[in-house]
Amino acid sequence: MKIMVAVKRVVDYAVKIRIKPDKSGVETQNVKMSMNPFCEIALEEALKIKESGLAKEVVAVTMGPSNCVDTLRTGLAMGADRGIHVEAARDLVPLSVAKVLKKLVEVENPGLLILGNRAIDDDCNQTGQMIAALLGWPQGTFASKVVLDKEKQVATVDREVDGGLETLCLDLPAVITTDLRLNQPRYATLPNIMKAKSKPIKKYTPEELNVEIKSDLEVVQVTEPPKRKAGVILSSVDELIDKLKNEAHVI
Amino acid sequence: ASTLVLAEHEGGSIKAQSLSAVVAANSLSQDNPISLLLAGSGSSLHQAAEKAATCHPSISQVLVADSEKFAYPLAEPWAKLIQLVQLKGDYSHVIATSDSFGKNILPRAAALLDVSPVTDVVDINGPRQFISSPLQVEYYTPHAHFSYIPDTGIRYGYQENGQALHQKYFGVRSMSTNWPIYAGNALCTVRYTGANPCMLTVRSTSFPVPPISVDSKSGGASISEVDLSTLDEDSVGKSRFMKLSSQDTGRPDLGSAKIVVTGGRALKSAENFKMIEKLAEKLGAAVGATRAAVDAGFVPNDLQVGQTGKIVAPELYMAFGVSGAIQHLAGMKDSKIIVAVNKDSDAPIFQVADYGLVGDLFEVIPELLEKLPEKK
Repeated sequence: MKIMVAVKRVVDYAVKIRIKPDKSGVETQNVKMSMNPFCEIALEEALKIKESGLAKEVVAVTMGPSNCVDTLRTGLAMGADRGIHVEAARDLVPLSVAKVLKKLVEVENPGLLILGNRAIDDDCNQTGQMIAALLGWPQGTFASKVVLDKEKQVATVDREVDGGLETLCLDLPAVITTDLRLNQPRYATLPNIMKAKSKPIKKYTPEELNVEIKSDLEVVQVTEPPKRKAGVILSSVDELIDKLKNEAHVI
Repeated sequence: ASTLVLAEHEGGSIKAQSLSAVVAANSLSQDNPISLLLAGSGSSLHQAAEKAATCHPSISQVLVADSEKFAYPLAEPWAKLIQLVQLKGDYSHVIATSDSFGKNILPRAAALLDVSPVTDVVDINGPRQFISSPLQVEYYTPHAHFSYIPDTGIRYGYQENGQALHQKYFGVRSMSTNWPIYAGNALCTVRYTGANPCMLTVRSTSFPVPPISVDSKSGGASISEVDLSTLDEDSVGKSRFMKLSSQDTGRPDLGSAKIVVTGGRALKSAENFKMIEKLAEKLGAAVGATRAAVDAGFVPNDLQVGQTGKIVAPELYMAFGVSGAIQHLAGMKDSKIIVAVNKDSDAPIFQVADYGLVGDLFEVIPELLEKLPEKK
């Protein structure tokens, strides 16, 4: 079985970025970018499945400008066998990403597609559900545990839902999106980083895949929410109980 | 305009958060008949439909999909159902609450209908303009604990040595560099420019349900069964519900409790966390936990309050040993009264607390247990 993992390039948390003086945007030159943390977890899970002998190959996919290849190289250094880069000039909405992924799935025929449940730059939490819909595959979102059964061709997925932990059994092929408690992603070792340089990366454009890129959402502005002001620091439990009873009237 | 609201029901009643989605639908435009979609099987579904028909004056129709396929909230049949109902009803908007049900199902249905949904709406400025949630995600590394606000790139958090990580930002079109450190998160206003339907998931705490007078209802909404004979069966049946593990504690539900008592990593162990539970019992409160406390295994994941857990807005929120990571604040800062108890007087939680107490929770909680009046 082949596993396909989608990875997204986002700004690394450790980078200090400056807004341009004219406030037209942000200084993006020389800014360190990294793989979206949820995607790292997705890739880690795919690699674990491969290491357990249940999958033969892990293919990492990314979309965006040419520098997204760096993120793919990170994925290859973590252990993915090869990469696919779909070159797109601008940010894609989740629906477009899902449409491109669908075409790639038709080319690659993976038995499992793993994604982060969201990317930390737009927080949409949509792509996994959308690609599952377009493929007509079952979905296991917010996964905190994944167990594959090769003979029965099913995946048992524990999902973190509001009411606790929900367990689903999905027929393969399926789409799984990862939650933060699924695993701890590994670091790429230096030898693997060197090896990754010679692993193959195939390039496509959305046009080649016959996908029309459009967006039906427009960002009007980003603003600061109303701030809650700090209250008082009390000196004792008695004072606290008194305030709650006689000032706030909540107990 | 007309709106389809996806409603959840339990034990013969529609869930409170589904009513919030109705309130949100109601604020889209004046002339906006609302259809409520309920699915499931058996008598409790029909009981819920009866109640739903008279629960809000703006609901003009209750659509009932009765089939074994909807016995569990599986995304595959639900998305097909929404597609079916939308193609028949041609609604301008489709709304669900942004809980784990809505987030799982709505994007799947949106892809079938070839539109982009808006996630986590907290305010509505008109039929096509929405304010989406404070966008942020919490993430852990072995060395640091920080929060991240996507779209703005702002991150905030603590390293293990207690040193604050400073905020970063990117991709923001207009934002001053004086970003607030502790209370900082971003609201993103988006405009939907696509075809019908415009699909939204809404934060239930941002659309509180006002008390609805019983007299205002005149007979209630009509109830009709959805004709499922044309339901596309492709992909239905490929997922099967196995079980739901939850702990029935007898305490009030975290999402709707009047008082919430929350413990953080400072509780140190599952054993110590029982103190929080005791205090909650005494106050008739629900128990909450930070992500750190859940990750450390003190309590199950469904008690997590925060951006990646539950969003709560009770009358009284009491936080013990909670530092106030931005993702946690995002989940509770709409509470009416916030009480924080923490050893560290610099903890960010004090920036949003109405009443703060700098002290050791292992001394404060027993004293509270002793001195608080008995509830009920």
